[in-house]
Amino acid sequence: MSKLHVSTIINGEPTEFLCDGRQTVLDVLREQLSLTGSKEGCGSGDCGACSILVDGRLVCSCLMLGAEAEGKSIETIEGMASGEELHPLQKKFVEMAALQCGICTPGVLVASKALLDRNPDPTETEVRYWLAGNLCRCTGYDKIVRAVMDVAAEMRETAR
Amino acid sequence: MTDIKYAAPDTIEEAVAILAAANGSGRVLAGGTDLLVQLRAGIAKPGTIVDVKKIAEMTTITETDGAFRIGAAVSGAVIGEHEALRTLWPGVVEAINLIGSTQVQGRASPGGNLCNASPAADSVPAMVAAGATVTIQGPDGRRELPVEKVAAGPGRTNLAKGEIVVSFTLPKRPKGSGDAYLRLIPRTEMDIAVVGCGVSLTMDGDTCTAARVGLGAVAPLVLLVEDAAKALVGSKLDDAALEAAAEACRAACKPIDDKRGTIVYRTKIAGVLLKRATAIAAERARSH
Ligand SMILES: Cc1cc2nc3c(=O)[nH]c(=O)nc-3n(C[C@H](O)[C@H](O)[C@H](O)COP(=O)(O)OP(=O)(O)OC[C@H]3O[C@@H](n4cnc5c(N)ncnc54)[C@H](O)[C@@H]3O)c2cc1C
Ligand code: FES
Ligand code: FES
Repeated sequence: MSKLHVSTIINGEPTEFLCDGRQTVLDVLREQLSLTGSKEGCGSGDCGACSILVDGRLVCSCLMLGAEAEGKSIETIEGMASGEELHPLQKKFVEMAALQCGICTPGVLVASKALLDRNPDPTETEVRYWLAGNLCRCTGYDKIVRAVMDVAAEMRETAR
Repeated sequence: MTDIKYAAPDTIEEAVAILAAANGSGRVLAGGTDLLVQLRAGIAKPGTIVDVKKIAEMTTITETDGAFRIGAAVSGAVIGEHEALRTLWPGVVEAINLIGSTQVQGRASPGGNLCNASPAADSVPAMVAAGATVTIQGPDGRRELPVEKVAAGPGRTNLAKGEIVVSFTLPKRPKGSGDAYLRLIPRTEMDIAVVGCGVSLTMDGDTCTAARVGLGAVAPLVLLVEDAAKALVGSKLDDAALEAAAEACRAACKPIDDKRGTIVYRTKIAGVLLKRATAIAAERARSH
């Protein structure tokens, strides 16, 4: 099987990998690059557990080929904390117990950060629609939505 | 599992050549939100995947003299951020933006939605109502086709071997025009349309001077319902005209019974959505 050579930037680091024509970015992240934070819940775009940013755009990494990452800049959950310092969203999720089993959490965090980066003052409805593609079997969503709203309010406060 | 060749050419000519040389086993990759799902499920078994997202003409939106050309592979997210398009064609934009989640919007394209040829594809009834045409390029050059002529049946298109949909053209529209798209789904997000209805109107004061109606998920193909448009044109969108147009929509339905809706339900809803979408399109037309 001929392998494709792909050069990309992952969480700010220039990264190269080899993949075949049917491997997804999620496969590459988890199996080749040992970045196992992104989860596979469905593999069909329904659950959002595999959410990443590609050139700043939120996508499902299970629905993107590894080969398509050539020349792109990718952000995953592993890039969210700065060293040991958790991102405010991560801290708040722990504090408010906005997670139980944690399978959906990396995707929810990546998606929530993408929302707050473009809309620092979302309404509850906007949060719920934005996260409609992130399924959670445990929390019932309420704690997640409240945590995101809380962090948004705090980040607006600090930005002042 | 067989090997898949991946190519990401910069020009349409190259893409067409690679596709034509793949002997029927080539597939275009735009956002992959249908193709990669089908690949994983074993429904699609391409030998070659041609990623068209490096082709400038297919990934840009341009406006010339009031007409818009939307590259077939532009993502829903990018379309939703285009102010001029949102102002002039709110129905087309809202239909495209209804596709899937935020994540799916990051990749899903109108070209993929059309060429996947699902009767329930959300953007297609709105494009049909808008009178959109597509530019197709193949080994024998370019041709144009109205959007409603692209699908041949569920999952099948009229594209010949090696042909690629390059772009959609939305015609320049007169003042006093507006469009709208509504779909019925059992939830508010992330579901497949039970019925979808696109309406595009031009109003002169209170009188409707031009109309087009597209209906989705009620037949093997997305329908252009000319009788519904005829019932609206010349009227003041009064109850009698709306009821006549709704009846034309119901008469055009050849739906299936499935877990999402029965034949009776889908047929009834087609009329309901026609009336509601017409009201929204008329409101928008008056404010333009
Ligand atoms: C979770 C989820 C939710 C979804 N929700 C909806 C929804 O609400 N409404 C809806 O309508 N759809 C929905 N879809 C289906 C899908 O997202 C849309 O049909 C989307 O528009 C497909 O676009 P794409 O660019 O991803 O297509 P791709 O997967 O890249 O391509 C789809 C098909 O079209 C062909 N193709 C693509 N572009 C071209 C071209 N330019 N020329 C010729 N052939 C081409 C491909 O070879 C393939 O066969 C959903 C999918 C997922 C995974
Ligand atoms: S694993 Fe990608 S959306 Fe579920
Ligand atoms: S915490 Fe278990 S799926 Fe969300």
